[in-house]
Amino acid sequence: MSTIIPFGPQHPVLPEPLHLKITLKDEIVTDAIPMLGYVHRGLETLVSIKDLDQMVQVVERVCGICSCIHAHTYCMCVEGILGIEIPKRAEFLRIIWSELHRMHSHLLWLGLLADAFGMESLFMHCWRIRERVMDVMEATAGNRVIISINKVGGVRRDLSPDQLRWIAQVLDELERELDAIKPVLTNDYTVKKRTVGVGVLTKEQAYELGAVGPTLRGSGVAQDVRMTGYGAYKFIDFEPVVEKDGDSYARTMVRFRELYQAIDIVRQLIRKLPDGELSVKVKAAKPEGEIVCRSEQPRGELLYYVKGNGSKFLERVRIRTPTFANVPPLLAMLPGIEMADVPVVALSIDPCISCTER
Amino acid sequence: MFDMTRTIIANFFSKAHTRLYPLQTREPFPNVRGNLFNNIEECILCGMCQKRCPSQCITVDKESQTWQVDPYACVYCGVCVEHCPVHCLFMESPYRKPAAEKVMNRLVQVQGPAKKTKGAAQ
Ligand code: SF4
Ligand code: SF4
Repeated sequence: MSTIIPFGPQHPVLPEPLHLKITLKDEIVTDAIPMLGYVHRGLETLVSIKDLDQMVQVVERVCGICSCIHAHTYCMCVEGILGIEIPKRAEFLRIIWSELHRMHSHLLWLGLLADAFGMESLFMHCWRIRERVMDVMEATAGNRVIISINKVGGVRRDLSPDQLRWIAQVLDELERELDAIKPVLTNDYTVKKRTVGVGVLTKEQAYELGAVGPTLRGSGVAQDVRMTGYGAYKFIDFEPVVEKDGDSYARTMVRFRELYQAIDIVRQLIRKLPDGELSVKVKAAKPEGEIVCRSEQPRGELLYYVKGNGSKFLERVRIRTPTFANVPPLLAMLPGIEMADVPVVALSIDPCISCTER
Repeated sequence: MFDMTRTIIANFFSKAHTRLYPLQTREPFPNVRGNLFNNIEECILCGMCQKRCPSQCITVDKESQTWQVDPYACVYCGVCVEHCPVHCLFMESPYRKPAAEKVMNRLVQVQGPAKKTKGAAQ
């Protein structure tokens, strides 16, 4: 006999209103149906009352954790339609803050995962380390999470040589701290018991179901939008982080190794940071035309479609967030696992439901 | 086992990573967008800040010479500060204190900027 259990929208381990209708046979999941729509805010509709520049602050609020990358992608779109080329320094600064966002997002997620499988101490250590990144953000950009440094035409704040030195120093400390928690992730019995072999997504499945980001790379597909070289990524050397196994542990390790990668990218950016202007003047912009831009968020590929109609209000902004693409792969991971593993597997795609529903 | 003992001993002798919050607060970083102020006597009440604010929390009234911000709707983005033509808006780093009641930050201009008001009137 099968039982149907609602998982979420309020669940102790998941701060996101993800609702899954789970069909169980004994303790084993046989089917899962997602129900979304609890936090729809209609942000895309705001284009009709907020003008081009004000929309930057609106799209930042699509997702708190990767706000900088949302604003960056939106600005890329508008600049693309207007045919503006922004100063090189601004490109670099945007990516520095984006990578800092990636670090704090992955650390936050790692903490939440540890919390989900009941390892409170790892959770607290991850968040303690994350606090260093938040400090950098607060001191350099002015706010902790939604840092509001992007604007159409460039960036709004600069990094002084002193600040760059300080960031480099913090990155060294961060790397040491990550080295300290690395043995826990690689050797610990608790971590392995709950994640290895749980929620397997094969390479073919990941590809066919359109997984993005660490969920895709954890299944062995080396696909990273940053490799297309948007923004300042074309000046940076890096390889996508890939793991083969496709289970929750592989996805964890992809994100953990991406932390080191992000540190490395920021170091390279600081080394290569050119001098120059922070922004170009954009006067009374009235974009006309449409464009699609992609970027890599901590959770995967983000897609923006922007259409301008020749006035200062855009006609349409369509946002496809990474979690939206990662829900079908999640449903493929769930059948066959135990009910107790559902929270860990659900978390392993790093769901961000608020940005999925916008 | 050895690892654990070492960690325990280290934790006994190292500084705590947390603070006893209301009693002990951290020094704010400079240039943090903590709180929004207006130097009202220099304000020309042009309404630029109200127009540019993405969260519509500023209300400028030329008639009654008031400038009001809703600190609970403000998202501290700093857009208004950048667009103020006379630079009378500024942000300071200490964050706003928690409050039991929502009070609007309403400022009334008494005299106004001497020269500029005259110029605008002519
Ligand atoms: S933009 Fe500046 S001068 Fe104009 S109303 Fe606002 S605060 Fe006053
Ligand atoms: S800081 Fe931003 S939200 Fe606050 S009043 Fe200024 S423009 Fe509006």
